[in-house]
Amino acid sequence: MIVASHLGRSVGGRALVDDISVQVRAGEVLAVVGPSGAGKSSFLRLLNRLDEPTAGTVLLEGIDYRGIPPRELRRRVGMVTQRAFLFPGTVSQNVGFGPRQQGEVISEARAEELLARVGLTGFADRDVTNLSGGEAQRVSLARALANSPLVLLLDEPTSALDDDAKSQVEGLIGDIIRDTGLTCVVVTHDFAQAARMATRALLLQGGRAIRIGPIAEVLNA
Amino acid sequence: MLNRLFTDPLQLGLAQALAAAIVAYAVVLVARRRQIHLEREAAIALVRGLVQIVAVGSVLVLLLHSSRWIGAPALAAMIFAAGVTSAKRAKGVPGSLQVSTVAIACGAGSVIAIMTWLGVIHTAITTLIPIGSMLIANAMNTNGLALNRFRSDVLAHVGEIETALALGAAPTQSVADYVQASFEASLIPAIDSLRSLGIVWIPGLMAGMLLSGSRPIYAAIYQFVVLAMIFAASGFTSLVSTLLIRAHVFTAAEQLLLRPGAVAVHSKG
Repeated sequence: MIVASHLGRSVGGRALVDDISVQVRAGEVLAVVGPSGAGKSSFLRLLNRLDEPTAGTVLLEGIDYRGIPPRELRRRVGMVTQRAFLFPGTVSQNVGFGPRQQGEVISEARAEELLARVGLTGFADRDVTNLSGGEAQRVSLARALANSPLVLLLDEPTSALDDDAKSQVEGLIGDIIRDTGLTCVVVTHDFAQAARMATRALLLQGGRAIRIGPIAEVLNA
Repeated sequence: MLNRLFTDPLQLGLAQALAAAIVAYAVVLVARRRQIHLEREAAIALVRGLVQIVAVGSVLVLLLHSSRWIGAPALAAMIFAAGVTSAKRAKGVPGSLQVSTVAIACGAGSVIAIMTWLGVIHTAITTLIPIGSMLIANAMNTNGLALNRFRSDVLAHVGEIETALALGAAPTQSVADYVQASFEASLIPAIDSLRSLGIVWIPGLMAGMLLSGSRPIYAAIYQFVVLAMIFAASGFTSLVSTLLIRAHVFTAAEQLLLRPGAVAVHSKG
């Protein structure tokens, strides 16, 4: 479970995120929706402490995340961004990046298992420069899952993809969330996608929470 | 032609400086035609360079008659000035002044100290200050190149760096590739100087030694000695500055501070 408690961030006197409180229960998918510049990505970056809150805090499994070492926190709260940002090398090297930071080498079987989960069986030895946009995003998803996170943050995970790849990746994410019971926060500007993926929604505008509730109520209000 | 018009050495020197400055400024005018505006910066640099070198020349005359112990504070002042100049090449990089000054002090300072102790650099002020200043100036340039490259690489790869952080990487690991690239790029001029020594260029120090009557072979060997010292001072400076700067671009909570247009909020941990 992850809880944002009066979470805020101001930069240069401007509030990017303003006093947001929301609880995402274990296994729940929360969609964060709103227009461009509403503070959706800024809010997400506060949840894994890529940015520092200037107000409030986040509780992970009931613990104030400022008491958790940042690297440990980010392993527990994984993130997939709009662009895959794969590191030079092979697909399996990318998948093993997170565990390698703790001095662990993931086995070939584990790498294959993660790749199979994202529909990329047999891709382990491929160079990442030879991947399509959709394939790269799936590697990015497998790479985040390799850390066995408790919470997964998805920042517009399909918005840089073409329509075919978009529906494949979205379907894949949906399957993984259902199979693993991951707690998930997904940022999207696409209301239809939010309705397909999430059970609850948080509507932001100008950095403030305008509505929080069941997906249909928030999107149709 | 100029030496026929001017017989007084000071007047001749000023006339020669003016001629050289006009040629240098011609580059600025050519650049201007291509919409590259260096006018103000180049004009200030030329005037400042002339004033500084004349001032240093005057100080050297005074130093010639001073105790040799004045060498250390004079070099320390040069290191600080080099740190200030070099840090300007890393605009927006937190801690760049501190990092530059410490790196140049470690790099150039240690080479000067060791070589003076070994007797490679004479302790006479007339040798210590000019040779020391050469090492400091080159260390300054290398440091500026390293920090400038590091800054631009980090700004161009914010996504990759933050992805690594989000996967649980240590800040030092997330910028390791850019530290290495900055170190390598900063040493290109020093390596090229050594490579082309005597083939592409005959450095001023050797020419000066020949003019003052030194044996040509000794002058040549000593020139190599100076360039090897420059390489050592530059390399050590760049190594220290690239290692130190890594820690300055992250907060205590391991958040990247150096982002395009971002005013990051410093964390207390």
